[in-house]
Amino acid sequence: MSRLSRSILLSTVAASLCFGRGAVAQSDPIQVVASFSILRDMVEQVAGSEATVTSLVGPNGDTHFFSPSPADARRLSNADLLVINGLELEGWMTRLIEASGFDGPIVVATDGIASITYDDHEEHEEHEDHDDHEDHDDHEEHDDHDDEQAGHDNHDHGAFDPHAWQSLKQAAVYVENISTALQKAQPGSADAIASRAAEYSADLAALDAALQSEFAAIDEHCRMIITSHDVFQYFGNEYGLTFVAPQGVSTASEASARDVAELIEQVRDGGVGGIFVENITDTRLIDQIASETGLTVGGVLYSGALSEADGPAPTYRAMIAHNADQLLTSLRAAEESGLCDDHHD
Amino acid sequence: MVELFLQPFLDFDFMRRALFGCVVIALGASPLGVFLMLRRMSLTGDAMAHAILPGAAIGYLIGGLSLSAMTFGGAIAGLVVAFLSGLIARTTMLKEDASLATFYIISLSLGVLIISIRGDNVDLIHILFGTVLALNNDALLLLCAITSATVLALSLLFRLILMESVDSQFLASVSGWGAAAHYAFMALVVFNLISGFHALGSLMVIGIMLLPAVSARFWARSVGHLIVIAVLIAVSASVLGLLASFHFSLPSGPSIILTAGIFHLFSLFFGREGGWLSSYFRILKVKP
Repeated sequence: MSRLSRSILLSTVAASLCFGRGAVAQSDPIQVVASFSILRDMVEQVAGSEATVTSLVGPNGDTHFFSPSPADARRLSNADLLVINGLELEGWMTRLIEASGFDGPIVVATDGIASITYDDHEEHEEHEDHDDHEDHDDHEEHDDHDDEQAGHDNHDHGAFDPHAWQSLKQAAVYVENISTALQKAQPGSADAIASRAAEYSADLAALDAALQSEFAAIDEHCRMIITSHDVFQYFGNEYGLTFVAPQGVSTASEASARDVAELIEQVRDGGVGGIFVENITDTRLIDQIASETGLTVGGVLYSGALSEADGPAPTYRAMIAHNADQLLTSLRAAEESGLCDDHHD
Repeated sequence: MVELFLQPFLDFDFMRRALFGCVVIALGASPLGVFLMLRRMSLTGDAMAHAILPGAAIGYLIGGLSLSAMTFGGAIAGLVVAFLSGLIARTTMLKEDASLATFYIISLSLGVLIISIRGDNVDLIHILFGTVLALNNDALLLLCAITSATVLALSLLFRLILMESVDSQFLASVSGWGAAAHYAFMALVVFNLISGFHALGSLMVIGIMLLPAVSARFWARSVGHLIVIAVLIAVSASVLGLLASFHFSLPSGPSIILTAGIFHLFSLFFGREGGWLSSYFRILKVKP
């Protein structure tokens, strides 16, 4: 080891000692398994060196359609802590937990968030009011209607939209839940974990504030985005954007000709500021809609998984920043080109 | 009427593409379905569709969502399975259906294995259920090429394939071309399944191949008539299925195949050749 790297190491250790107010107990890192890459990153940010974190669904993987292997079950059975999203995102998780014999604590990251139901999506598309979050809270008490709503909606998870990480404000709840569980698992490092979580949350809040002001500058009539998969409702609610998708909410449903036609008519009527594909879905349908309407397909949005480490979205924060950047570029270009002007009359 | 039947196609490019794609597939696949039915190999289409799928999936893993990679992979897998099962049926005491069943299962599990080892959790559902609403120029060109080749090959080899279908032992006794006819026919089936799976998905394509052909059996006896009627049913089902998908907001693939299914039920009841009603009346007429 060279002198330089040794001194860097020493100063890092010193810094982390100061940071943890000298209370760092030299306990071994715990093994944490997260269900997918975004949660893995959040846990890593909060846990620091206190935990070794792996995710079951890797970068660019689709969490809806994951089939665990025996190696996954073994990894889970050796884990000290399991972090899942909840809201029925990981439909396969119950069986995997049973199969692996894992009996440690499970963190449901969405515990206590203001969840959106799928019914809200339609309301939002009709009324275009994205700012009243009060009514979302009411829906949390409607748990007992789950089956009923899941039966009549055409998708394979519950009545609630599970993609809450798309909102930086909800992500603060994720961080809180993760931090609480980590502190319980590593009581010796509780202070260090808490302060890292606080710093991370503040970081996310700062990004949120920056994005709020950037999106607020976009023309209100030019805030509709077409994506291939209906997962950006939380993001849209935060910044007053409307996301529409030719498919249902889950990657499993097949588009109808009516859905596609309605989207094309929507673009022809004006108000659509961008068309995007995601890192984990089929792009053919989006390409077809783009070529028929003359829209240019914007960059890739990362929806349910991070990119590889050398990609544009290796961490959760980078992912949100990257998505926002892509969206803003497209919306600004649409505004300048007058694509949305038809909508005014 | 114009509003209901024409407007969707006038207004939307993707509807015209979908219709064109379906008609092209109908022209190639439905005649093959007639021969499959005559050879009592109706289930072969199903097995072959599964045999193609892992090849296409491997192509997808290597080349991404590229038309050529998926077509190439699917064609290799399908041709290998068709050739091996034909070879074994001809050289051992196993019958064609048994050897085909073994090979397509092996091919399918190999595909699942490779995809799992690769670890990427790709969006395979979309490959299994391709969508007719997203046919780009490359896909349409591929469909046209495969259908042209099929029609050409069928017209050149018509007598040979027909004889092989109706009485393969007779053909074997008078000519050595039986095996060649069989392999050529199976190759056509493989290529048509591939073209259909770009448009309708690998599971739905069997519907457009077989349902019209089997329905046609209730209306005609001669092979020529069977083919013409099968193609007509396939085209009508495509048009009506697409319109149903448009007007009632139904997923397009299943909507087309179910329309073909309705044609089949209708033929089953009202068909001239042995449909339930005609059989019933024939009995009444004969008895007195």
